[in-house]
Amino acid sequence: MASLVHCPHCGVRPRQEFTVKGAALVRPAPDADKKSWMDYVYLRENPSGRYEEFWHHSSGCRRWLVVIRDTATHEIEASRDAALVGQTDART
Amino acid sequence: MTSYRLATGGLINRQKPLAFSFDGRRMLGFEGDSPASGLLANGQLLVGRSFKYHRPRGILTAGAAEPNALMTIGQGGLTEPNTRATMQELYQGLESQSQSRWPSLESDVGALNRLFSPFLGAGFYYKTFMWPASFWERIYEPLIRKAAGLGKASYEADPDSYDKRWAHCDLLVIGSGPAGLAAALSAGRSGARVILMDEHSATGGSLLSETATIGGAQASQFVAETVAELESLSNVQILTRTTVFGWYDGNVFGAIERVQKHVRDPLPAVPVERLWRIVSKRALLASGAEERPLVFGGNDIPGVMMATAMRTYLNRYGVAPGKQVAIFTTNDSGYALARDLESAGVDLVAVIDSRADTVFRYSGRARVIKGAYVSDAYGGKALSSISVWKNGSVEMLEADALAMSGGFSPIIRLACHRGAKPIWSDEHAGFLAPTSVNGFDLAGAVNTSSGIATCLAEGAARGAASVEGLGFAASVATFATVEGDIVAPPAKPVWNIPRIKGKAFIDYQNDVHSKDLRLAVQEGYGHVELAKRYTTNGMATDQGKLSNVNAIGLLAEARGLSPAEIGATTFRPFYTPYHSAR
Repeated sequence: MASLVHCPHCGVRPRQEFTVKGAALVRPAPDADKKSWMDYVYLRENPSGRYEEFWHHSSGCRRWLVVIRDTATHEIEASRDAALVGQTDART
Repeated sequence: MTSYRLATGGLINRQKPLAFSFDGRRMLGFEGDSPASGLLANGQLLVGRSFKYHRPRGILTAGAAEPNALMTIGQGGLTEPNTRATMQELYQGLESQSQSRWPSLESDVGALNRLFSPFLGAGFYYKTFMWPASFWERIYEPLIRKAAGLGKASYEADPDSYDKRWAHCDLLVIGSGPAGLAAALSAGRSGARVILMDEHSATGGSLLSETATIGGAQASQFVAETVAELESLSNVQILTRTTVFGWYDGNVFGAIERVQKHVRDPLPAVPVERLWRIVSKRALLASGAEERPLVFGGNDIPGVMMATAMRTYLNRYGVAPGKQVAIFTTNDSGYALARDLESAGVDLVAVIDSRADTVFRYSGRARVIKGAYVSDAYGGKALSSISVWKNGSVEMLEADALAMSGGFSPIIRLACHRGAKPIWSDEHAGFLAPTSVNGFDLAGAVNTSSGIATCLAEGAARGAASVEGLGFAASVATFATVEGDIVAPPAKPVWNIPRIKGKAFIDYQNDVHSKDLRLAVQEGYGHVELAKRYTTNGMATDQGKLSNVNAIGLLAEARGLSPAEIGATTFRPFYTPYHSAR
């Protein structure tokens, strides 16, 4: 995993300051069918390559970020504030 | 009792004697000594017992790869097991104990294992302790646990304090030999933030063991002047006693600094060890090369030593390895030792050169036997004689010290920590680092260069290039002429020595000998990763620093493949073991 993460608010910070929540998925509507909820709660892709995740800068600005990283090369492509990219589901 | 301190020479401070003890025996060393050189100066060749057969063992190297000279120092909560006598520094009142022996080092009961050694081949435990299954937990495991292991840790709390720290720089230079020093100088003069780290107590690396001169001055004098200039630059930080143990993503390096491990009474306000995490834009690895042992019978008898190590003890510590020294070499570097031994007045029995067609012309008095091999070394707790094999005839020579040089392996471990596989080179007879990526470069012996002048020039050029890439205007540092350096071009490796009678060790620390590896091939564990686990070759605390390439060469011959096809096992952090504390 990457050793350094670029936080849009704090700059380049060590990985130890962050908490990873997991895949950045879009939450299904409350009345969505059981299959969508099943997928959302339990099923995860495990790609070798590009992966979007929610990261929390717990020891820094305490903002939720969407980090796009490569699981094979460990390189971080981009990291953005989750609220600013319209993904507000991170906290739940 | 054959090794002794020479009347003159060495970089030790003879005005400041230091008293220390080994297994209760009082000894005297000097400031600047390591316990290893102190022991040798006091004629103590036997320093430990081997792991499996409890064979007597002596000091083999003068650096981080030491497999034999592990000792316990300190008392109570300050106990420090498995300290390498070659890396520790001597201080007044240091108390050291040997390990892996009972009741004493001189008469060890475990040595009886040697009588059973025909039954204790590789895989013995797997084959023997399979049944009955219920015996494992209650009988076998406790017995094996009791017999195995190295030093014993203390149950008491450690009163020392530890620290961790971040550092940021433009260029991290790892290793302060000729290439590292030159690189730090080039980069430092440009104004870039440079950190120079070296795991030894002093900067200079191989230069401290050299008799060659640079611009007419001793190599150690050159080191002192260069370091003085580096220290005058506010943008350069030099950290000695600091081992860079891992290379991580984003050019983050981990290092451990032994801040107060070399003093008797550590200051309570200062940590004893400091864990560094270094974020560097560029890094330059100048870790040098490790000399390979030669695999002949009895190559572990106390008195047998690596040739470069013997040269270090002679030139840096002023210690003669014995009264009748023989040298067994496959390359020109053995002659540098021969020359230095002769000029120090040590009796040289012979230089045994495996090459029949060697073109090197040795100008000293010693007898040179070309196209010959040392097939066996004899002696119990100290070397007494060697048998030299040449064209089918065997000659016995009396010797109390034997230096061996089986060629050099670049220390590329750090360069492979992020997943890259090392690449075999037939030309250099060793595994080389993959081409530089991610702002990580190599210079000096780790990059297969040999000779002080070449390493200085290459280090200076690579150091300048590294910071130029970051926008600094750097000029390549230049140095005065080097004289008296013996440059050793790579020579053909010798994996199999004919007519071996005794046990020929490959991995000293885990007692793996050549027959074990052949057995592994025979039983279908010939793949490099399987052979490693079946024989435990390279799995000891030294992580196969001395043994890996020899094992791969032997596997290659046994399977009729080239070392390139065998490949190397994976290098992972950590480069050397370290303690962690909070």
